Amino acid sequence: MALAESPQPLLQVRDLKVHFPLRGAHKDATVKAVDGISFDVPAGRTVAIVGESGCGKSTTAYAVLGLEKPTSGQVLFDGRDITHLRGRDRQALASEMQIVFQDPSAALDPKMTIGDSVAEPLAIAGRPRQERRRRVAELLDRVGLSQTFAARLPNALSGGQRQRVVIARALALSPRLLVLDEPVSALDVSIRSQILNLLLELQRDLGLTYLFISHDLSVVRHIADDALVLYLGTIAERGPVDALFEAPRHPYTQALLSAIPLPDPARQRRRERIVLKGELPSALDPPVGCPFIGRCPISIDRCARVRPPLVPCPTGTEAACHVRAPADGGVVGL
Amino acid sequence: MNAAEPVLAMRDVAIEIGGARVVDGVSITASAGRIVALVGESGCGKSLTALSILRLLPKAARFTGGTVELGGRVLSAMSEEQLAGVRGDEVAIIFQEPIASLNPLMRAGEQVEEALRLHRGLGSAEARREAIAMMTRVGISDAERRAEQYPFELSGGMCQRIMIAAALICRPKLLIADEPTTALDVTIQAQILDLMRDLRQSAGTAILVITHDMGVVADLADDVCIMYGGRIVESGPVDAIFEEPRHPYTKLLLATIPKLDGPRKVDLKTIAGVVPAAGTWPDGCRFRNRCPLADEACATVPPLVEVGPDHDTACWHSTRVAELA
Repeated sequence: MALAESPQPLLQVRDLKVHFPLRGAHKDATVKAVDGISFDVPAGRTVAIVGESGCGKSTTAYAVLGLEKPTSGQVLFDGRDITHLRGRDRQALASEMQIVFQDPSAALDPKMTIGDSVAEPLAIAGRPRQERRRRVAELLDRVGLSQTFAARLPNALSGGQRQRVVIARALALSPRLLVLDEPVSALDVSIRSQILNLLLELQRDLGLTYLFISHDLSVVRHIADDALVLYLGTIAERGPVDALFEAPRHPYTQALLSAIPLPDPARQRRRERIVLKGELPSALDPPVGCPFIGRCPISIDRCARVRPPLVPCPTGTEAACHVRAPADGGVVGL
Repeated sequence: MNAAEPVLAMRDVAIEIGGARVVDGVSITASAGRIVALVGESGCGKSLTALSILRLLPKAARFTGGTVELGGRVLSAMSEEQLAGVRGDEVAIIFQEPIASLNPLMRAGEQVEEALRLHRGLGSAEARREAIAMMTRVGISDAERRAEQYPFELSGGMCQRIMIAAALICRPKLLIADEPTTALDVTIQAQILDLMRDLRQSAGTAILVITHDMGVVADLADDVCIMYGGRIVESGPVDAIFEEPRHPYTKLLLATIPKLDGPRKVDLKTIAGVVPAAGTWPDGCRFRNRCPLADEACATVPPLVEVGPDHDTACWHSTRVAELA
């Protein structure tokens, strides 16, 4: 490892692959959901994983949490290899990393009171009743809910309130890393900003580290420091959010950004939009070379044969593109 | 049809569920070649309003007042049989979940043809020819092969195209699109939005699109109706709504959205409170318990009044909305 001055990243993912062998008619085929992804998440920062359905963003997060078994590669937490931790060792990690899911209604047991739900991680960790009660009160307050919520059932709460409860529960054991899987996508527009503000506040106050999964790029730009753009299980481009949004180099990142309609009719009419042809290809039979080749407007011969590596661009991102970020350091086309 | 006459005219429509007025005095007009966006959050009544046009309301809901006209004919007074002749012919509807909305046991091509056989009495060869042509027009490559496939064999974006092709096959005067791209990825959404724009231009279809996504509204709509608590609180041309909103709800809703060129990691504007469940609104202005401008005047229901060209708002304090920066 390089002698970097910065401290060791809290989370390190090294050449992660998650392949799913198929059965039945496709017995010899493999779905390469995640196919060689590396990234770091520095402590106290937010790294976003963005991409469209089937790009492997959730599978990556689940592999980090041990909810999917990696085919190969490494996941390091605080420098320690946790890739293959199972059983009690894995459970001990619950106090280090937690997840908040997209749909808070599905993430809460409808028959459990809010107080019991928030206390459940503490109960599993064997904390005494007295401490649990005190901690639940603290957590509800922390996420902006009054104490009266503890006795209620989820169906008495709105979507935004339920997501606050899910966040409180995730914080119960004081984890350092939160995986946020589309945490505001299922919420009403007027409620999203409340939850985003809460996440920012929690990070400032508690020094939390976020791995933030989202398909909503305006949310990602607002909350994240760095982002990875995934396409078909590989990183198309990654970098600081500023550089990625202002000067994207990969044609997929450019198309993705231009496809998000801006809530501004005058600008939206003037914008040049790149509308990609075709559909996302299946991870069952990804192309040999660049995964994006079938939809790419600028591909060259080489793209069909050789998978492009991630190469640093002068604009501040790293892109996997033979044309825009040639590996031989040749002239970068503008 | 008279050019000045709107394709769709809903006047003072009211819908009740269990005694609660979940849609209360809604009026919407849509002219040929115009795209009207009906915008709001969950429970605001936007989908019920749209479903009531073709009398597709769920059992629990009752249409209790107002009229729905299509090119001057009163749909809301038609018999069920007459209305069946309008559905899928003059008025078509597409839904949010394309895969759930298609019949899983019917091939894609048959579903596109169905309305032609029903409404036009075409034979199978002719219907199939037209269906293939329409499928190609909505961007389905290799339409002849796709026509033989079942929905489960197709992607979400492809199923949405099939549903759009089926909706358009009889060249409707009015297309109702209920969250047509919400379930789709953004690159596929961009294709579908292009398709709807193209349709408006080439066929002069009036489109009523229901959405909660302000980006989609800005991209697609000519006119916008903002709904809150079963009522239209503001309506007007898309530029006026975004640049000079005159209802506090519109103004705040737009301010809560992170901008692609705004400051990062700062607190976003919020709207106090929660989105109320249907029927739990306060008396008077239904937004007043979340509104920073509310005072005793708001205990009386504010009427929709004109505040600009074709721009209406229902707020006693519309002149002060600009203060909510």
